[in-house]
Amino acid sequence: MTITTLKPETTAQVTDAVRWALSANEPLEILGRGSRRGLGRPVQAGHALDLSGLSGVIAYEPEELVLTALAGTRMDLIRSMLADRGQHLAFEPPEGGTLGGLVASGLAGPRRISAGSARDHTLGIAGVSGRAEAYKGGGKVVKNVTGYDVPKLMAGSFGTLTALTEITVKVLPAPEDSATLLLSGLDDAAAVAMLDRALRSPYEVSGAAHLPAGIAARSGVAAVSGAGGAVTLVRLEGFGPSVAARVAMLREELRADAVLGRDESLAVWREVRDGAGLEACLAEGGDAHLWKLSVPPSAGPATVEAIRRTRDVEVFYDWGGGLVWLTAPPDSGAAIRGALSAGGHATLVRAPDSVRAATDVFQPLPEPLMALSRRVKESFDPKGILNPGRMYAGL
Amino acid sequence: MKMPVPDSGVIARRREIVEALRAIVPGEGVIVDENELRAYECDGLTAYRQLPMVAVLPSTVEQVSQVLKACKAMGVKVVPRGAGTSLSGGALPLADGVLLGMGKFKRILDIDYANRCATVQPGVTNLGISNAVAHEGFYYAPDPSSQIACTIGGNIAENSGGVHCLKYGLTTNNVLGLEMVLMDGTILRLGGKHLDAGGYDLMGIVTGSEGLLGVVTEVTVRILKKPATARAVLLGFPSSEQGGDCVAAIIAAGIIPGGMEMMDRPAIHAAEAFVHAGYPLDVEALLIVELDGPAAEVDHLIDRVEAIARDKGACYARVSKSEEERLAFWAGRKAAFPAVGRISPDYYCMDGTIPRKALPLVLQRMQEMSDRCGLRVANVFHAGDGNLHPLILYDANKPGELEAAEEFGNNILRLCVEVGGVLTGEHGVGVEKRDLMTDQFDEADLRQQQRLKCAFDPDGLLNPGKVFPTLHRCAELGRLHVHQGELRFPDIPRF
Repeated sequence: MTITTLKPETTAQVTDAVRWALSANEPLEILGRGSRRGLGRPVQAGHALDLSGLSGVIAYEPEELVLTALAGTRMDLIRSMLADRGQHLAFEPPEGGTLGGLVASGLAGPRRISAGSARDHTLGIAGVSGRAEAYKGGGKVVKNVTGYDVPKLMAGSFGTLTALTEITVKVLPAPEDSATLLLSGLDDAAAVAMLDRALRSPYEVSGAAHLPAGIAARSGVAAVSGAGGAVTLVRLEGFGPSVAARVAMLREELRADAVLGRDESLAVWREVRDGAGLEACLAEGGDAHLWKLSVPPSAGPATVEAIRRTRDVEVFYDWGGGLVWLTAPPDSGAAIRGALSAGGHATLVRAPDSVRAATDVFQPLPEPLMALSRRVKESFDPKGILNPGRMYAGL
Repeated sequence: MKMPVPDSGVIARRREIVEALRAIVPGEGVIVDENELRAYECDGLTAYRQLPMVAVLPSTVEQVSQVLKACKAMGVKVVPRGAGTSLSGGALPLADGVLLGMGKFKRILDIDYANRCATVQPGVTNLGISNAVAHEGFYYAPDPSSQIACTIGGNIAENSGGVHCLKYGLTTNNVLGLEMVLMDGTILRLGGKHLDAGGYDLMGIVTGSEGLLGVVTEVTVRILKKPATARAVLLGFPSSEQGGDCVAAIIAAGIIPGGMEMMDRPAIHAAEAFVHAGYPLDVEALLIVELDGPAAEVDHLIDRVEAIARDKGACYARVSKSEEERLAFWAGRKAAFPAVGRISPDYYCMDGTIPRKALPLVLQRMQEMSDRCGLRVANVFHAGDGNLHPLILYDANKPGELEAAEEFGNNILRLCVEVGGVLTGEHGVGVEKRDLMTDQFDEADLRQQQRLKCAFDPDGLLNPGKVFPTLHRCAELGRLHVHQGELRFPDIPRF
């Protein structure tokens, strides 16, 4: 229902836009390049605040491990700039969109288990609150405890607290080499137990996923799709000699069936990061929805088993079992969330707008926590001008 | 440095307040005797002392909840305290406040290797967690120098770091879940054994909030497998510039060492005289680079670091050949503070972070300040992440020296901000750096942070007088100034 798009090119213009929205009581949908519009609940707003005009890297100092850019800077530009200096964002976010959109959606890839998430790498922010006040939080150095850690709160807040204008992130050396141990034919429980063994080893595992047979068969990596069944993957990264030594030791310890070299390793983890074959499942499955469940790693298989009692689902596991990607028929929210007896939360990450508007996309919070979240929202945006309802109805 | 003026009305109600607390925490859990209260009069920032009105030592989360609720109802301020090792005065008591000691929360509740985490009460020491999982080859990564004494609850409050945090992160990067109590008595759980708490990252805000937002009653932390090997290289340089260049070159080569510490000449000499670590005395900067991980990796990287150091002009290089030798390299660094304590009656430890490239400039300006005020300074430096610990040498018995040392310290921190850094890298703002916050943050930045405080503690009763230089009422902070009128941005492109 967006009618008008405002596209500021300076922070002062962002402040002006929010000030107008505040006085006119007109909510704004906050956008970067709109690539993650399908995440969260659809925003009911008559105006969009498009921040893609705030673009450009302000400072990149590889030796200081920091990069500061305007929030609307395209991620592909930042990625290639980092790659030129052998660096990357260690939390392995999916591609596309802007830096602001990436931080606001708080995403992370398979390396979440060893390198953390967007929150762990967001060092400083500047932006405009729903009070039309420009402010900043955090800093531009890697180690800082001065004042509240506002940048962390921004990560994963989906633009509901502040229209971000500038972000400083921690950047790290990209690993020189990558290799992946492959085990085939394990069932979910045996696979997660194997991943646990790998993660308990001192070999600094940076990826631990399990693809059941149906998912593995869809892989574009021949060694994975050709394994003839379920595939369990354990990634080791770092300096060449170190990767070689760790691959040798862990291969022996886990009795792995095969080792994927650098190119195949990079390719298969890109697939895992992006949801493996589940997107294709969705296309075939008609009206199925895609979910992501974050659970204690050892509870992954049992959680899926509980859901399977009432729902026909396709799944695969990342984060050593702690992240379950799952496709399920519509109206499975209660069944999925009812299965989280070991703790954790479930997020609906792909479904039509009409569905996401009418359901809890994010796990509903217990009331005391919801009440505190409302007060936090009000402290930044008392009139509900910024992305109202994007995370929770009425917030 | 001024604390909020004590409320004589509250002090006059002391008896009533003590009785209310005794109704919640029976027996010796409520302390009123002046001699016993002395134990709480200061934390690690010993220059500031204040007896609390009363101290209470609850032993259950329900008691914490009731104590906070009762204090809120009575309009009484509360100062939470762990082991009292804060270097910034985060646990400095208030004359009209209740000191809430968490020392009885000492239990390790659950060690879950299958999920690689441990759940403990906040009074467990940092090292206590590592010790509890050591037999399985695990440890808890953040390792502040006070780890033998400081508690995990205090680590959460301060977002503590340590020498290994460039590679392994601060406290905030190693916490999975929290149970906490708000000032109104509400008990909340954030996160758990899974990654990414749902909703806003409130755990991220609470960690490092210096006891202003809530009282932590349970903590779930990530535990890691100990690296298979660790070796250290000792590198000496004819100038701090060359030392700094070497650090930058190591990182530019893609190497993130487990630890990378630098000391300047005064710190090297003090440490060597104290522990005889075998440090070279004819260098201006000494670097300890520790590499940890699989043996193959460590061997490979030691060679590369040595080559980089030679290239950057190192005049001294020694690689540890044994675990004893590695520990000896560290012994000097770890004893740097007490070592400086031996050569001066008192010292004042600062904690700013700078962009590393500014190190030569900062050291030079610091020397000029030192010459001007006549107080010596020794520097230890977490070189990897730019966290500087200047130690200012002074004598508190000489009139005016404490004030001069504080002024010197403040100017160092202002310099850190001026070159693009921050006031504190790991010790926290507390009362110590409170009045410098306006050097780093604008009015609008601080107002927004204080509004966050209002969301957790609208009456401002939890640890007031810390972190923020000016206290505002939440009603005043919350007021919204709406400018009615036209769309005032004719120049914004619209579609």
